[in-house]
Amino acid sequence: MVVTASPPRLQQLDAGLKPRLETLLAAGQAAGADLVEVFLERIDHIGVLAEQDGITSVSPAFGTGAGLRVFRGLRDGFVSTNDLSEAGLLAALEQALGMLGLELSVQTASGFEGLPALRDHGSAKGDWLGRCPDLSEATGQLLEGTRRLEQVGRHLQVRRGSYSRDWQEVLVAASDGTFARDVRLHQSLGLSVLATDGEHRSSIGRRYGSSGRPDQLRHWDVEASAREVCESAGTMLHADYVEAGQMPAVLANRFGGVIFHEACGHLLETTQVERGTTPFADKVGEAIANPAVTAIDEGLSDGAFGSLSMDDEGMEPQRTVLIENGVLQRFLSDRAGELRTGHARTGSGRRQSHNFAAASRMRNTFIAAGPHSPEELIASVDRGLYCKSMGGGSVGPTGQFNFSVEEGYLIDNGQLSKPVKGATLIGEAKEVMPRISMCANDLELAAGFCGSVSGSVNVTVGQPHIKVDTITVGGR
Amino acid sequence: MTATTTPSTPTAASTPAAGLDAPALRDILEQLASRHGIHQWDLGASCSTDTSVQVDRGEPKQMKGAQRSAITVRVWNDAGLVGVTSTSDLSAAGLETALVGAHAASAFGNADDTPAFSPLATAPLPELEQPLRPTRPILQLLDTLQDAERQLLDCHDAIGTVPYNGLAQRLSERLYLNSAGACRHQRLSTASLYLYAKAEETGRKPRSAGAMRLAYGVDELDVAGCIAEAAERTISHLDYGPIDTGRYTCVFTPEAFLDLIGAFSSLFNARAVLDGVSLSGRNAIGQPLAVPFLSIHDNGLHPGNIGAAAFDGEGTPTRRLSLVDGGVLRHFLHSEATARAFGVEPTGHAGMGAKVSVSPGWFEVGPTPGSDGGQQGLDHRSPEQSAAAGLVVIDSLSALHAGVKASQGSFSLPFDGWLVRHGEARSIEAATVAGDIRQLLNAIVGFEGEAKITPDGLCPHVWVEGLSITGDA
Repeated sequence: MVVTASPPRLQQLDAGLKPRLETLLAAGQAAGADLVEVFLERIDHIGVLAEQDGITSVSPAFGTGAGLRVFRGLRDGFVSTNDLSEAGLLAALEQALGMLGLELSVQTASGFEGLPALRDHGSAKGDWLGRCPDLSEATGQLLEGTRRLEQVGRHLQVRRGSYSRDWQEVLVAASDGTFARDVRLHQSLGLSVLATDGEHRSSIGRRYGSSGRPDQLRHWDVEASAREVCESAGTMLHADYVEAGQMPAVLANRFGGVIFHEACGHLLETTQVERGTTPFADKVGEAIANPAVTAIDEGLSDGAFGSLSMDDEGMEPQRTVLIENGVLQRFLSDRAGELRTGHARTGSGRRQSHNFAAASRMRNTFIAAGPHSPEELIASVDRGLYCKSMGGGSVGPTGQFNFSVEEGYLIDNGQLSKPVKGATLIGEAKEVMPRISMCANDLELAAGFCGSVSGSVNVTVGQPHIKVDTITVGGR
Repeated sequence: MTATTTPSTPTAASTPAAGLDAPALRDILEQLASRHGIHQWDLGASCSTDTSVQVDRGEPKQMKGAQRSAITVRVWNDAGLVGVTSTSDLSAAGLETALVGAHAASAFGNADDTPAFSPLATAPLPELEQPLRPTRPILQLLDTLQDAERQLLDCHDAIGTVPYNGLAQRLSERLYLNSAGACRHQRLSTASLYLYAKAEETGRKPRSAGAMRLAYGVDELDVAGCIAEAAERTISHLDYGPIDTGRYTCVFTPEAFLDLIGAFSSLFNARAVLDGVSLSGRNAIGQPLAVPFLSIHDNGLHPGNIGAAAFDGEGTPTRRLSLVDGGVLRHFLHSEATARAFGVEPTGHAGMGAKVSVSPGWFEVGPTPGSDGGQQGLDHRSPEQSAAAGLVVIDSLSALHAGVKASQGSFSLPFDGWLVRHGEARSIEAATVAGDIRQLLNAIVGFEGEAKITPDGLCPHVWVEGLSITGDA
């Protein structure tokens, strides 16, 4: 390491950066780029872990970074850096230009007309960080959580509570006139247990998340969360393994929405259209799902984990109807997706951090409520599986999806019977969407994290209870 | 040297090209610690430059570059409790903020499980053969990948795209320092290539498979081998059919078996044992875990482990460690704190944090020397050995993050593979494999062929009987 002059630290991302950014954008355009985009961020993170009756980890982190993206034709180059000095940003721009065969020029004529006034979505959020619980309060709440688990649970070998607070300030400037700032606050908290009784074991966790709600941890219903986790762990502790096969399934609301997220949602992102990995690329206007299915992605719901004031390309989010009564309406699109596929941007350009180029990603994604009661769905199944709580899942490059069932019950003659564990549901997106034949009237959302090409982003999944006429249930 | 936030102040800022300067970092940390009354600290730092390219049917898709830096500082307060803070800001002001933050966090340190410096943080490091290769211009990477994609597309008419592909190179450094004088430093260059092809025949479902290669530099990557393997695997899945649900003898490829062992590595993880989330108890050392001819070592030093770390997050040297020998659990993976709890030496598997994580390095799986190695002469291509119900070859497992319940021992995982009957292999349309890891380890029949070097370890094909397969037939 060479001891160098210290770059000035960015204490705030604001309109004061405009001259610097304009110089950078003009230099990129003068070099021949069609469009130059700069994404700046500052982060402040705290993670806390409570185990049994003690705090075992407090992990603060902070940092800054920039991501520069240059487009020319349909191609783009992207460079990220932690060096936010003028020289560092210029070096990053030069590297990105070089990827497209362009060089910084001494010419100053760029056609770039300068940035407009800053669109500041963060101006009313300046006090968010200060309003969040401090470490003493956060650790106290988590210990209350693990104490409640002890009170209401049985056979608990491990009790854990976790809290994560992610504050992010972002500023996006682009040579098309985008100049916008936002402040984001995401908090998530979770409880998990491992219950054991002889050879029987069950591990259950629940996570709750919000955006833009500094008081979330204070308003957390610890008692209800502890009861939910312990009841599930107790039920599953002595559950038998599910018998494998093809069968109908009823998936509960909230995190049951992971089925749509994995089986269809990812395939409606323009990143998948670009790769040629979605079977729905040319199906706009055609039926791709059962008429019972209407699906929506939006970034607007107040406090939801996937909500945004602007996406990571500076565009305000929309409410995007993906599927209406079974018919594909549109795709989720970002800047590159619009450029390469022609699908208009939807405010869905998202990234985990400055280290990733934005890509079209889901926000709050859900199947809309239907006309039935949850009981009607269960009553309609002669023999099948009720999936009360889902684990994670994934989708492959040919549309094959999978997800695990954390808490399941057999359905016999239209009634819930014994609990079962170890189920994994698999299928093909094209085949399963027409099989979602009934939707109940109890839509709810649940917070989660989604990992894909632009990193891990906060999302919500959601649905009412739904019935899938037949699906492959993997088990023993 | 003073540390302030003014632009003209000398600082610990680093660029990957210039590298991490350990003496300068130590000077700054010592000054800052003295100023804030901090007597014990340690630091892990890293920086890297990365370039990568992706292509799409002959056209550049995305080209990326990154300069990254990060540090984690730990501080012991006067009560002996530890706090930690991480940052990407390597300026002197950033270091000071991190140090002060770690000191503040130490008020919440865990008195029941406080890390200390590793007693091996100044022990000699192993000599690793890790040649530093020059980075190549990104447009050269692009040419190489475009050519590789074209060759792969030319391998078979059904291969229409290579939707997931990438050629990347990295120059990186790691550093560990502590206030007791330990100093570890490692520089490394690596390169990687992956090609994941999608093939489709008229009226049939699309199928996909891929391959990956690692090397110390782009020029050393086995591009031809990667193309050939990706093509062979993709083509082998074109002719597919359903499989009946039932119990089968399964043959895990080296990659698939190592994925499974990695997902259940809490069996060997002392941190997980102490936390109560491992299937192994504190007294499990010396107890049978698997068939008596199975050996598993953790050996980050193996020459096939491209990018091996010479030391862990606490500065402990990496070494070869027997985990299972003769089917018996021999050792756990340790950090300093877990080793102290067990009364043994740290093993070089620690991360860095207020609560130090423990993770495996690189597995070697195979027969225990001197044992009979289970059934001999296994060959899944043999018509005799794959007669009757057939063998299921598990080529790659998916969704391990969702389908493995490590603390319960159970797994239920989608996989790509083949059903082999009478020596004829046919790709399986869609299926899951489910079971219990302890039962699986005791249902190993034997090993097939030579051990293969993969990114995760060294392993032969592994035969396991009686696993539950769910198909959609």
